[in-house]
Amino acid sequence: MSTLKILVIDDEPGIRSGISRILRNFRVDYPFMEEAFDFVVQEASTGEAGIELIETDKPDILLLDNKLPGIQGVEVLEYIRKKQMNIIVVMITSYASLELAVKATSDGAYDFIPKPFTPQELKSSIENITKRVFLKKMTNKLQETGKQIRFQFLSVLSHELKAPLNSIEGYLQMIRERQAGPQLESYDYMVDRMLERIKGMRTLILDLLDLTKVTSGKGTRDIREINLVDIAHTAIDTMRPYSIQKDVKLNLHGNDVVKVMADNEEMEIIFNNLISNAIKYNREGGTVDCTIGEDGTCVEILVEDTGIGINPEDLNKIFDDFVRIKSEKTRNITGSGLGLAIVKKLIDTYKGTIEVTSQPDIGSKFKVKLPIEKPCS
Amino acid sequence: MTTKKTILIVDDDQDYLYQLKARVESFGFQTLLAESQKEAEELILKTKPDLAILDLMMENEDSGFILCYKMKKKYPEVPIIIATGVAAETGISFDINDENNRKWIKADLFLEKGIRKEKLKEEIDNLLIKMNS
Repeated sequence: MSTLKILVIDDEPGIRSGISRILRNFRVDYPFMEEAFDFVVQEASTGEAGIELIETDKPDILLLDNKLPGIQGVEVLEYIRKKQMNIIVVMITSYASLELAVKATSDGAYDFIPKPFTPQELKSSIENITKRVFLKKMTNKLQETGKQIRFQFLSVLSHELKAPLNSIEGYLQMIRERQAGPQLESYDYMVDRMLERIKGMRTLILDLLDLTKVTSGKGTRDIREINLVDIAHTAIDTMRPYSIQKDVKLNLHGNDVVKVMADNEEMEIIFNNLISNAIKYNREGGTVDCTIGEDGTCVEILVEDTGIGINPEDLNKIFDDFVRIKSEKTRNITGSGLGLAIVKKLIDTYKGTIEVTSQPDIGSKFKVKLPIEKPCS
Repeated sequence: MTTKKTILIVDDDQDYLYQLKARVESFGFQTLLAESQKEAEELILKTKPDLAILDLMMENEDSGFILCYKMKKKYPEVPIIIATGVAAETGISFDINDENNRKWIKADLFLEKGIRKEKLKEEIDNLLIKMNS
């Protein structure tokens, strides 16, 4: 239960007590709102007293009469507007003229309840306003969370970029100072390590570009009917040199045609990432089997490898941003940690699913399901 | 002839580890290396270093804190330096730059990664002297 503060500024005591009475036991409760709201009512008989209360105990909602003994209601309204206070103002007034309505609205009044009003009219207005307050709170919370997530991402990203740069700088200083003396193999090692770190940075930058494409949303999306098997062939052709270098065999299974409504580039990103991982984490002489099928409502993409596998406790983490599994087995494998994060985000936009099963030292299996509309044929 | 002191270095960046090892050995120390919190925990069971330099974020966001806590429990007199990379730590919930938080951690020193060679040697020497007195 949340409580909203209501302040009534009206010079007529009858109005003030009437409003207090009506709203004292009033509750607003909608199924879509997670919380119910009740109200606590404060009263002020002049604009000046009202402003003092606003300063010391800010209300969420203000019921404001215009005709007051000292400063007028519209002046209180202006005060609130100038100070950019987050208060919803409802004008309650017997002297409702068009001129007043226009001025008050342009100064930020949300609603008008002309006197005399029935209890029901008051309650309806408050109900409406409460819904609005709730939605505003939710929006602010989401924006705040969004900001925090972005900040966290950027912090980790800057670390991921700084670390390789620092390493390279460190090695260069060691070389300049001839720290390894006459042992030339040590210098060769340092050069190899620097090249490795540079490769890592390049991969990170490319993956970041993919990530921005995914998270920036609609824009350049081109959804049309495509044959996933064609995309698989392209991805395998792209990966073939790499697979030869790692001595891993690539196999494609399933029908020749599996059609889907999707963006070509996005499907390529999914295939490229899954297949390149399957090669990267594989063993020499191993295989990667890619199978594309469908079962009526969904299209299914299976990528299986005979690689080092994933420990059960790591299975949940691998789809997170920047997560790379660091172990003795993955010591010499570079990666940005973004590949699977990008794949997952893409699959989410298609309302699909991705599952992974794995046995350490035996292999891993990634299963992607996409519930994609097929065009009417 | 005094035996060389042994310094334990823990960091999950293998290049940083290689470079720090070379640097610390150039100061005249022996080194023990670990590339993860887990590896370090196993090492501590078998050996007692004269000083430890711990990276903060490894397989856990607070691996360095956990290791520091465990080491202080087992070897309260061994000085511990926690090495921080400032960019990494902004954004985590526990603010390492807060004085109060640092006191709570019980490390003997917090150093930023990338400090000058001479300064590092100075700090290590000071901590080892304090320990012996």
